[in-house]
Amino acid sequence: MPDLLIELFSEEIPARMQSRAAEDLKKRMTDGLVEAGLTYAGAAGFSTPRRLTLAVDGLLAESPTVREERKGPRTDAPEKAIEGFLRGAGVSRDDLEVRDEKKGQVYFATITKPGRPAAGIVADVLDDVIRNFPWPKSMRWGAGTLRWVRPLHSILCILTDDAGEAQVVPLDVDGIAAGNTTRGHRFLAPDAFAVTSFDDYAAKLKRASVVLDPAERADHIWQDATNQAFAAGLEVVEDKGLLAEVAGLVELPVVLMGTIDDDFLDLPPEVLQTSMREHQKFFSVKNPKTGRIERFITVANTQTADNGATILAGNQKVLSARLADAKFFWENDLRVAKDAQMQPWLDSLKNVTFHNKLGSQAERIDRIAALAREIAPVVGADADLAEQAARVAKADLSSEMVYEFPELQGLMGRYYAEAAGMPAEVAAACEEHYSPLGPSDGVPTAPVSVAVALADKLDTLAGFWAIDEKPTGSKDPFALRRAALGVVRLIVTNDLQVNLLKKLMNWQVVADKAFRAKGFHIVFPSSEEGSIGFGPEFEGDIEYQEFGDAFGFVRTERLDETSFEFADIVFAEASNWVGSLMAFFHDRLKVYLRDQGVRHDVIDACIVMDGNDDLTLLVKRAAALSDFLKTDDGGNLLQGFKRANNILTQAEEKDGVEYSYGADVKFAETDEEKTLFAALDAGEPAIEAALKSEDFAGAMGAMAALRAPIDGFFEGVQVNTDNDIIRRNRLNLLSRIRQICLQAADLTRIEG
Amino acid sequence: MTAATEKPRSFQEIILRLQAYWAQKGCAVMQPYDMEVGAGTFHPATTLRSLGSRPWAAAYVQPSRRPTDGRYGENPNRLQHYYQYQVLIKPSPPDLQDLYLGSLKAIGIDMGMHDIRFVEDDWESPTLGAWGLGWEVWCDGMEVSQFTYFQQVGGHDCHPVSGELTYGLERLAMYVLGIDHVMDMPFNDPDAIIPLSYGDVFRQTEQEYSRWNFDVANTEVLLRHFEEAEAECEAILTQEHEDPKTGKRIIMAHPAYDQCIKASHIFNLLDARGVISVTERQAYIGRVRALAKKCADAFVQTEAGGWAEEPAA
Repeated sequence: MPDLLIELFSEEIPARMQSRAAEDLKKRMTDGLVEAGLTYAGAAGFSTPRRLTLAVDGLLAESPTVREERKGPRTDAPEKAIEGFLRGAGVSRDDLEVRDEKKGQVYFATITKPGRPAAGIVADVLDDVIRNFPWPKSMRWGAGTLRWVRPLHSILCILTDDAGEAQVVPLDVDGIAAGNTTRGHRFLAPDAFAVTSFDDYAAKLKRASVVLDPAERADHIWQDATNQAFAAGLEVVEDKGLLAEVAGLVELPVVLMGTIDDDFLDLPPEVLQTSMREHQKFFSVKNPKTGRIERFITVANTQTADNGATILAGNQKVLSARLADAKFFWENDLRVAKDAQMQPWLDSLKNVTFHNKLGSQAERIDRIAALAREIAPVVGADADLAEQAARVAKADLSSEMVYEFPELQGLMGRYYAEAAGMPAEVAAACEEHYSPLGPSDGVPTAPVSVAVALADKLDTLAGFWAIDEKPTGSKDPFALRRAALGVVRLIVTNDLQVNLLKKLMNWQVVADKAFRAKGFHIVFPSSEEGSIGFGPEFEGDIEYQEFGDAFGFVRTERLDETSFEFADIVFAEASNWVGSLMAFFHDRLKVYLRDQGVRHDVIDACIVMDGNDDLTLLVKRAAALSDFLKTDDGGNLLQGFKRANNILTQAEEKDGVEYSYGADVKFAETDEEKTLFAALDAGEPAIEAALKSEDFAGAMGAMAALRAPIDGFFEGVQVNTDNDIIRRNRLNLLSRIRQICLQAADLTRIEG
Repeated sequence: MTAATEKPRSFQEIILRLQAYWAQKGCAVMQPYDMEVGAGTFHPATTLRSLGSRPWAAAYVQPSRRPTDGRYGENPNRLQHYYQYQVLIKPSPPDLQDLYLGSLKAIGIDMGMHDIRFVEDDWESPTLGAWGLGWEVWCDGMEVSQFTYFQQVGGHDCHPVSGELTYGLERLAMYVLGIDHVMDMPFNDPDAIIPLSYGDVFRQTEQEYSRWNFDVANTEVLLRHFEEAEAECEAILTQEHEDPKTGKRIIMAHPAYDQCIKASHIFNLLDARGVISVTERQAYIGRVRALAKKCADAFVQTEAGGWAEEPAA
């Protein structure tokens, strides 16, 4: 069984694309081979900046012969139809077989596809893979039409048989003929050499100063870097992303450690680290005693006679120029923070558009500040501090440092707020209000930070919902899923009791504000035809702004009709937004809970309950139900409930009534019935009380006591008896079980 | 080539060596375009000639102006007026990377001692409606060139594809000569009778232009010039293809493109004066791009742009 070796040799492939490309080559190639009948024992993909390599071993030498039977037209079909069938099947009339079928005599053809040698199949599949390769971005070059990530120079494609004989697979893609040669390191071993197998290839590459396996390069870099740092009493700051990238920039990693000029050691460590990583792809090396970053690690792609001294000196010089810039930004920014309390930055945010339908950053900050104030009491934050924090939290977006390094937003805000002498809570909120950024990012717990973080995210969500920029499919350009998950985690982690729906309902208020802005006067309530009837129940909300401000902003900015149609639009749309935004939160919550190991049906059973806009309550309910169902009592109670519900539903359908009149113990015939009555009478108040105080575990514990009586009832009692009174009483008793259970969660949605 | 591998001693020697190298490799060594541009790419020898099917190979120095980068001659690396060395070859030859590395060797960079890397950097010019894929080339961690395969220019797909090399001459020369501050760099040979530094030549102009760019340029006049250049560009392109005087087909792609270049530079000046808001910025860039596209549309209908009279049936 032959082994296959493919290498696609090109100009430098972007580091970020290499590992995916090696995977894609492996998957597409092996899928294509298998589809063509060539199975294999194993496959491995590799990449360097200049090559994608695939090694497949134990490939079939030839695809198996395939016989296919195809049914044709009837023997008395028109000549044309028969000819068409012959053409399609590629057989002659003599090859046809006639069989009797129900409809009459029918032609059958047997098509035999002989097996093909591996080389031909490999050539076809590889040609197709190269022409349709899923590069994130690809290009043409020269006068050709082929697309590749960068110009493709050569294709190595050989099959090596068991005797070790290598055969070049005949293939020509746009003038690039496959061969058995490759080249080594661009500078250290540029000459072409031939290879006979993967082992031969890997060994010769190593001699030609190329480490083929990216994992091996990364390991080498990390080992060498940590050793050099250790020898100097220092440690390398871990950065997996950078390590993978750097491993993709070199074929021969050579690790060099350099020093940072004393002038720059006072810069915040994050600034040093970011500048070095972003611009120079350096690792930071810190002093574990002081936490200061004192040196850097760079990875060269070549060995030199002076052991890298020239390279290191050059890198050090470039770094100094870069850090001189960073220091310049830092000092300028500190001046603005200390001397002017960041005010010039806030002023300039008036000219920065957040989104053309959602106004400037300054307008957004006004909304967030108002909202943070509203939320403050809910999260236990001081309202003044929350508002102050919200007002300065985005100031650093105008700073020179964040302009240069956008990823330092927030963090620089903290440094500058501290420099401006602002309270520690405010400075912390500047940094923390962006969190949580991803599912693994920490959730802020400081009340002021939480208030601003919630306000920021809710304003974003409400705003983009209002302008109909919801995420669709894989498209979520404004990271709204992340924002919603952030809200969920902020609320749940901090155990906050927030009725999102009530807050969201303030679209009513917003609509009111929008109308007033347009010179409308709203009558509460109104019976006049064509005017807008806001129920008086909303009057109390009028003073609040909360979550709705972004909606209101959009409405007033976007719509200028001064008509009742405008009001209708606002009314109808706003009602849709609130519903769909709430559903969006629930979707995020489902994902969140699923990751915590809560089953989707358990979540569904809780989401449909009243009060589902209080996410903390919802999570408590789901957690209690999830735990309960794992117990023996819980599982059996669920079965009992389902049985009761099934019998009841069938009876209700059949009789066309709903059995909810209440059962009477005086019609109870058997002991089991009486026991159940007694258990329900005893359990009901306890369950209700527990539910009322949101003690779901307590409620479910009390429900567990019903399990035995319910089981006993079903064992000893036949519900559908001839006596109609008794039957109805029993059905009404089942209805009680259903009602009690449904108060805890919609158990009909639980599977199993 | 022994002379070439010796270290050059001045800024101008590096330029001369690049000129000699690319001349020897078959490029037409052209002169700078006689208008203010932001980068060597704006030279019609690149922008327009990268369009259409005709082969092309050109190399030239292009003085470039970026008003916002002015630092009164004080910053060691930043200048509002600087030089780019530009090479454009169409179709891009298969050994373009090797040719490029040869040029580094020619200016005294010894591949055996330095670490040369091709780091992903895709190029895009919103004002020219152009983009391409390629790298920034690093020498010991410093970006010394841009290397781009043009995919689209002026909204037109490039067929064949041009390979473009851009060297930031001051930065490259400072690196090769081991100079820390651009103004200290020898412009001519340090042993010349009258040795001149880069500062001797340009310090004063950097000050003068920095002041003018940032504080003095008359923005009303500039705004008017922008409108005028835009109008003239469009007016030129609406002319009949056939010249009524000579009866010949003369499409004035280049004169129109001059107006596009002018508009682009005026925009840069206005930007430096700080009179263009964030939202307006995009609109101005869009207007220049619209001109660039029309010029490209016009150029591909000219002979140099690959247009050929339909053979009579």
